[in-house]
Amino acid sequence: MTTSTDTLVPFAEAVQRYEPLIGLETHVELGTRTKMFCGCLTTFGAEPNSQVCPVCLGLPGSLPVVNRMAIEHTIRIGLALNCSIATWCRFARKNYFYPDMPKNFQISQYDEPLCTDGWLDVRLDAIDHGESESGGTGAEGGSKRTVRVGIERVHLEEDTGKSLHVGGATGRIHGAEYSLVDYNRAGIPLVEIVTKPIEGTGADAPVAARAYVTELRDLLRSLGVSDVRMEEGSLRCDVNTSLAPRGSGRWGTRTETKNVNSLRSVERAVRFEIERQAAVLDSAGRVIQETRHFHEETGTTTPGRSKEEAQDYRYFPEPDLVPVAPPRDWVEQIKAALPETPSGRRARLQAEWDLSEADMTALQNAGALDLVAETVAAGASPADARKWWLGELSRRANDTGTELADLAITPAQVARIAELVSAGTLNDRLARQVIDAVLVGEGSPDEVVANRGLAVVSDEGALSAAIDEAIAANPDVVAKIRDGKVAAVGVLVGAVRRATGGKADAARVRELILQRLS
Amino acid sequence: MELTRMTAAELSAALATSEVSATEVTQAHLDRIAAVDDRVHAFLHIAADSALAQAADVDQRRATGEQLAPLAGVPVAVKDVFTTKNMPTTCGSRILDGWHPPYDATITRRLKQAGAIILGKTNMDEFAMGSSTENSAFGPSRNPWDLDKIPGGSSGGSAAAVAAYEAPLAIGTDTGGSIRQPAAVCGIVGTKPTYGGSSRYGVVAFASSLDTPGPFGRTVLDAALLHEAISGHDPMDSTSIDAPVPPVVAAAREADVSGMRIGVVTDLSGDGYQPGVLSRFAEAVELLESLGAKVTEVSCPHFKYALPAYYLIAPSECSSNLARFDAMRYGLRVGDDGTRDAEEVMALTREAGFGAEVKRRIILGAYALSSGYYDAYYGKAQQVRTLIIRDFDAAFGQVDVLVSPATPTTAFPLGERADDPMAMYLADLCTIPSDLAGNAAISVPCGLAAEDGLPVGLQVMAPALADDRLYRVAAAAEAAFAGRWGQPLLASAKGLGA
Repeated sequence: MTTSTDTLVPFAEAVQRYEPLIGLETHVELGTRTKMFCGCLTTFGAEPNSQVCPVCLGLPGSLPVVNRMAIEHTIRIGLALNCSIATWCRFARKNYFYPDMPKNFQISQYDEPLCTDGWLDVRLDAIDHGESESGGTGAEGGSKRTVRVGIERVHLEEDTGKSLHVGGATGRIHGAEYSLVDYNRAGIPLVEIVTKPIEGTGADAPVAARAYVTELRDLLRSLGVSDVRMEEGSLRCDVNTSLAPRGSGRWGTRTETKNVNSLRSVERAVRFEIERQAAVLDSAGRVIQETRHFHEETGTTTPGRSKEEAQDYRYFPEPDLVPVAPPRDWVEQIKAALPETPSGRRARLQAEWDLSEADMTALQNAGALDLVAETVAAGASPADARKWWLGELSRRANDTGTELADLAITPAQVARIAELVSAGTLNDRLARQVIDAVLVGEGSPDEVVANRGLAVVSDEGALSAAIDEAIAANPDVVAKIRDGKVAAVGVLVGAVRRATGGKADAARVRELILQRLS
Repeated sequence: MELTRMTAAELSAALATSEVSATEVTQAHLDRIAAVDDRVHAFLHIAADSALAQAADVDQRRATGEQLAPLAGVPVAVKDVFTTKNMPTTCGSRILDGWHPPYDATITRRLKQAGAIILGKTNMDEFAMGSSTENSAFGPSRNPWDLDKIPGGSSGGSAAAVAAYEAPLAIGTDTGGSIRQPAAVCGIVGTKPTYGGSSRYGVVAFASSLDTPGPFGRTVLDAALLHEAISGHDPMDSTSIDAPVPPVVAAAREADVSGMRIGVVTDLSGDGYQPGVLSRFAEAVELLESLGAKVTEVSCPHFKYALPAYYLIAPSECSSNLARFDAMRYGLRVGDDGTRDAEEVMALTREAGFGAEVKRRIILGAYALSSGYYDAYYGKAQQVRTLIIRDFDAAFGQVDVLVSPATPTTAFPLGERADDPMAMYLADLCTIPSDLAGNAAISVPCGLAAEDGLPVGLQVMAPALADDRLYRVAAAAEAAFAGRWGQPLLASAKGLGA
């Protein structure tokens, strides 16, 4: 583990004296069935070096052929990010030596990216401040701030293999005894999305960085182009940070932080770099242009390769590939088939469900938006769907430490339970029992109700015997009720429900008892 | 008739009627290789067992009445730059030491499917960089006309094998002239097809935008038969052209130039050209005119920049293409004694594994692509390339084909230019323009230079995808020369005795 010895300026102070400038480079592994330039499968987690061929191993003589679906996905991303799509562009070779690069060059794009000059609107309040490291937006007063993040470019390239450094303390190549390389990942299509510098977010810079990646992730997921799992590396993020003394307008040197592998880390990495760079600048030091590594355990960054001795990648147009010239009508077709954007959908659902901003944010932060939408689609009312997912089911998820979406119950099943409740077949207490049974795999709600005999007893015959019994057993209570102390009826209702194993509808029981005694 | 003296077309006919068996033909060529290759050194690997097994298979299939392709049972030698399963592929370099490719090049596969018998892998300048085979890590090949002369390069082994009757046909690659120049100096026929007309999949890359596989034969028709067999669209090669193969065999059979417009490139003559080469070339032009062609002079003013542009573009691409030879996955590994990291092992391996010319070009190319120099070198060279393409376009607006000498000189002595890269590079002066433009060109023998008695090649150049015109002109010239000489030119080659 690396311990940082950097001096830090407390965040609030740092952003008082300095204005942060951030930029993000996001790499997304596309979810195509086959690789970028060959027919090898892209399945995650396969036996090392089992999904390789002469092309993705870069064997002498092999040649790449572009995967049309990867181009289509990239255009889809570009269009969803409001970019211009190139009418003609080329791949380029980025030359550098590394053992996990089969050809010692990466086929990428350089000065002719497929998509350029777009934007993505990012809501800063989409972040749950309880979870946030920075506190953030509240301090600035605005609770509904939207930042328009400019997109510089979206381009397509191939992923490298994956090195495993064995021995040595750090797991990095230096100090390792030997290294193993898995080329399954080599040649998987990778899209790089680069923002323009994001200015003016002030103390919200860390939150803005996180909100951007969150929004981008949701957008990519809605496009169906990637499974966007940061923990599996299918979405990877580099964060650039620099500071300007407030009012000076002079941007300082930027650092590029890598190994930022979760949304929370994006925020923490920016926050740490602001605190660290502020300290360097305060002491009249010089921020070094370098690549830094983020450490999850400590929330700190440490220096990697210095950009001042940066490599010359000797880019030149890839001569093994013909230029890509997507026909206009194809691009138009892709555009026409784009799904609703997550932010558009959120606004639509908020209106349809008649929810406040805060309710909507709570729903989103709980990871329940899609679940509620699907539950509503399955027939439940928005109020019922929210009630079950945010209430009972959120508790269950918390108790077991799982994500809401990973609970063993489907939105359709939740909708069915809500339906059974509103039909009077179940009351809330029984419904909770049904949920428990479904979660442990006893079957569908209807099966559980049938197998366990959980339906509310509303059969008057069965009830009336229990009521008679309760009246006979509690003469003093009966007397009180007859004296006008109607509240005492609760005792009798409780007795009846105990006798029926909780399956009796309380309101109906009360009604019947009062009728009997009147 | 001796089997090794027969042309591929003659062998094909004799095999089709079962006059001879593929096994007899193959054995005859293996015997010839055994008899002369210690002197010629055309082969780096002789695949006797697999060749005989392939021949037996062809004979057996023919015996069952199966309809076989024209080249079924005809032997072919393959330049050691094509990947071949179950055989080494060295590219004439130490750095691929011990590598047996797990896959066949598209052309290797097409040859096998056509039933052509692969005799073995031929010598070449390391990674196809050179004009003499002297850059082979395994020693040079020799010219069957005179064993002290170079056989040309880089496909010198393939050319020497055909000229020495070790194989009726051979495959090479042409990047700056590496088929046409050795064909010319060995007195045989060699074609650089249109770029994209023959697949590069499985051809170990030297310069991707230039490398073009093509055929060698002792006759124009033989070259056309092999050209047709290896050509056609390959989905594994993005730069492969999805168009019908030009009717090269039919054109070689027609051999008719009457009414064709032929342009003599005035820029490919003058200083630096051997007089005996120029006089044979002039005779060839007169001959074509006498056959009914309309000859005019054409100027291509930018051809003089072709050589320098080539020596920026080809090394640039090679510096990137050859980066993969790093000891990590295959081939030579030097210095891996547990004390060195991957980067050091890469450096030591490349230092030990590459020859001087390869290193020179990698360094030149890396320099030309460097930031700050790219525009002045690689970028400028690409602009020159465009100007050369425009020269061709303008010329082909006036004439059907262009002609020039294939090389400025005949075969030079081994060792003469080995230490003088600039002199060596000049051997490709006439052939480079077609590589830069990506069009088609052929070299066909047009006689012996008076001063040294060595063969001279006539180069014919045609627009992209008009490869058939090459064969029409070359076959007409070949037929007319045969009438004049009374015997094939190669019959005069005395390097291996009579």
